[in-house]
Amino acid sequence: MTSRDWSQHPPYICPDYKSSVLRGPTRPLLNLASLYQQQPGSAGELLGKLTDVYQTRSIDCDLTKNGPPGGEPIGERIIVGGRVMDDRGRAVAGALVEIWQANASGRYLHRADQHHAPLDPNFIGAGRAITDRDGYYRFYTIKPGSYPWANHVNAWRPQHIHFSVLGATLATRLVTQMYFPGDPLLDLDPIFQAVPAAARINLIAQFDLGLSQADFALGYYFDIVLGGPRETPADTPG
Amino acid sequence: MPSKPIPSQTPSQTIGPFFAQGLTAAQSDYPFDSIIDNTISGPGQVVHIQGRVFDGEGKAADDAMIEIWQADCNGQYDQENFCGYARCGTGYRDDLHFSFKTIKPGSCGVDQAPYITVIVFMRGLMTHAFTRLYFDDEAEANARDFIFQQLPEDRKTSLIAMGIEGEEGLTYVFDIHMQGADETLFFDI
Repeated sequence: MTSRDWSQHPPYICPDYKSSVLRGPTRPLLNLASLYQQQPGSAGELLGKLTDVYQTRSIDCDLTKNGPPGGEPIGERIIVGGRVMDDRGRAVAGALVEIWQANASGRYLHRADQHHAPLDPNFIGAGRAITDRDGYYRFYTIKPGSYPWANHVNAWRPQHIHFSVLGATLATRLVTQMYFPGDPLLDLDPIFQAVPAAARINLIAQFDLGLSQADFALGYYFDIVLGGPRETPADTPG
Repeated sequence: MPSKPIPSQTPSQTIGPFFAQGLTAAQSDYPFDSIIDNTISGPGQVVHIQGRVFDGEGKAADDAMIEIWQADCNGQYDQENFCGYARCGTGYRDDLHFSFKTIKPGSCGVDQAPYITVIVFMRGLMTHAFTRLYFDDEAEANARDFIFQQLPEDRKTSLIAMGIEGEEGLTYVFDIHMQGADETLFFDI
């Protein structure tokens, strides 16, 4: 049994997502955890600790302020926050959460993005945070715009924020995208649609008035649930 | 006994082509600092790891990201003052190589050869892919390695990095093939 619950994750080859056809592995994966069973207790690679390794500054999680000084970025200010936990519901403290995104016009700072939409001189579109002792993280940012891409004719990516998470161990590693509720592009997006239908809801942030700050920013709540090494029967509590 | 429902894992999505502005910013000259770079420091023999990532048509990717995770020179994880994690893109060099400067990991045990865990991310990859790098000059240790021994014979070569005398010193070349006859062996962990 492996750390990833494949009923929740997209397959490697998704014909509607054109790039995946030549880039996804075609052969079955080899189960490393079961190979380690030959020598129990030897899996330093799988059990080595990756939380509480990095540090961030408070400005790092504020994408409305961590760009070039001199002004605020254009767009709808939002708060994105949530909890990182494992798939037993336990908080993951000290996890590194990194995000990147397009600006309000749907343009990335990245040089490869040549979409005909303006760059924002006050916005980079990158941030990072470390989860607190209860597993919570919080970002201030601008709601990203949708943008066109070359997958098919008149293809547009839904509004999204990219997330990269480094949890307690190697197997928890996750890269994903957070989407916004009610986005009409979600039904048309092959990357989002590649996720098994019942699992897609977990990628959509929830509008949260409690997380919103009056007269300042709307709040969106996004929990992140990581896989991890399977416990041996001896480790299971109770 | 807790009665809370077990939460479902958050699904993976592709890293996409624009990660460099956030994840490898300094390497690619974006105005954001990098918290994880392509070097691992510590006592031991300095080595370089280089390679390219090829798609199913043999084209080298200019938008891949590689992460490595390794033990220290004594084969130990979780050591004070040693961080065995590093990250590198394939788009910042004209030759589309990823390049790491690290120290050669020690063997983790008598039946384990030195190895480095490698993770591949890129546009078109819906979930990141795990693999392992073994060293060509450790043939005897590789043959005794209890994981390596269990791998299918025809897939073993895809995990061997070849040592050469590179511009910066001892360099191990580790090309990754996502598909095709030379498809790299990928793991589920």
